[in-house]
Amino acid sequence: MSARPLKRVLVANRGEIAMRVMRAATEVGLDTVAVYSQADREAGHVRLATEAVEIGPPPASRSYLDGDAIIAAALASGCDAVHPGYGFLAENAAFAARCAAEGLRFVGPRPEVISRMGDKVAARETALRAGVPVVPGTPGGVDTLAEAIEASQLVGFPLLIKASAGGGGRGIRIVDRPEDLEANLTVARNEARAAFGDDTVYLERYLASARHVEVQVFGDGAEALHLCERECSLQRKRQKLIEEAPAPNLSERLRADLHAAALALSRAVAYEGAGTVEFLVDRASGEFFFIEMNTRIQVEHPVTEMICGLDLVREQLRHAGGAPLSFGQTDVVPRGAAIEMRINAEDPANGFMPCPGTIHDLDLPGGPGVRVSTPMRPGSVVPPFYDSLIAKIIVWDVDRPAALARARRALGELRIEGISTTAPLIRELLSIPEVVAGDYDTGFVERRLGT
Amino acid sequence: MSTDIRSPIPGVFYRRPSPADEPFVEVGSAVEVATVVALVEVMKQFFDVHAGVSGTIATVEVPDAEMVDAGQLLFTVNQ
Repeated sequence: MSARPLKRVLVANRGEIAMRVMRAATEVGLDTVAVYSQADREAGHVRLATEAVEIGPPPASRSYLDGDAIIAAALASGCDAVHPGYGFLAENAAFAARCAAEGLRFVGPRPEVISRMGDKVAARETALRAGVPVVPGTPGGVDTLAEAIEASQLVGFPLLIKASAGGGGRGIRIVDRPEDLEANLTVARNEARAAFGDDTVYLERYLASARHVEVQVFGDGAEALHLCERECSLQRKRQKLIEEAPAPNLSERLRADLHAAALALSRAVAYEGAGTVEFLVDRASGEFFFIEMNTRIQVEHPVTEMICGLDLVREQLRHAGGAPLSFGQTDVVPRGAAIEMRINAEDPANGFMPCPGTIHDLDLPGGPGVRVSTPMRPGSVVPPFYDSLIAKIIVWDVDRPAALARARRALGELRIEGISTTAPLIRELLSIPEVVAGDYDTGFVERRLGT
Repeated sequence: MSTDIRSPIPGVFYRRPSPADEPFVEVGSAVEVATVVALVEVMKQFFDVHAGVSGTIATVEVPDAEMVDAGQLLFTVNQ
């Protein structure tokens, strides 16, 4: 990669992450170009950018997933780099390769690393070769019901059907009993095809009580560093609700082993840029298993930034411009505790029904130790076409009890009029004794909700 | 007697479980209360639309992959 510094970056995303990237880009002296669908003409990321280009109709498949339109916009607007954010094209190796072919720096790892880690089967094999433990599951995709039935006997129930091309909890179904396998297999393959254009699925054991702990890494192709871990077990339907850093109640030995495993995997692929290595920690045995690597910036990256005092997106942009890493492993000294609360446009009182619509009025929290990432303002429209995340509220404080108190305080200041959100559920969770004690697993929220 | 099937939510209306599949129902298809007749996608989630009545599909009111509003007429059913 040449060391030519970047001048102008296109952000191939929308919502809070597009704004997050633009803010970092502006701070390092780059111009920013937004792309937007016809549903997003008034959106926050359009207002924030130096320049904005309309790329298509509202459905993501015809706008934010339209690589041709995005590359054309980047070239026409004189960009030299493309930052994909998370979701959409962030883990699309063909898109990353096309950017490179057009002379655009793709802010992320090399295309072959994206495709290897994005293919869960290949990622698992890579982990095994790097000496990183994995969850029992099928070595490859299962194509037919007969194959799935045979494989399920080796994997055991409950099991997960996962889309090979999936990520972020998308394209995953839990199957409790053998008789539910057929129906779930059909739905899983349909969802995988609809979401990712690839209906390959594989099977994996579902651990009864596990924590989701993930390690943030950053590589420059030669060396890989970790930036501690995040605890993300508070989930519903595999979608994270609350994340924190550092992970509470981990032995120092386990914490060090997780960091070492994440680095072993990152080094095995000569990883470049920001990435996350996700693990399940079995609460019964204390064993941990690699589940996937996300080759992009993640939704919950701010909690890592808050405890490490580093800016991951700035570091991504610096790296893409050919600069050396601005920190070494000994500079990564976690301090205090950080918590992120995801506010989704879904109604927890009505089966988490998505709630697109107009935000008539909005009060956002502020004050010491509070960071809010949202494209919303009074009058903003939440369109039905994209995911339901409308705001992230991140707090930092000197220790976990103080951070929890600050999180409750910040959430108390949030007022959203016009649509239902998950804020009431988040508020409730933050006061539950098990959450306060850090004593929960990935099934905790769903058991509480009785779903 | 004719009864309406309306969309419970706003979103994108799909007549097929996936692009390669046949439509859930056509005019003349027999449906029961629990029969899935369509999908509506909103915020990347797919929701089943159930017939809600038993009878025969009389009309299909919305083309595949169109945006629909909550309460919009999707099908009529002869009971």
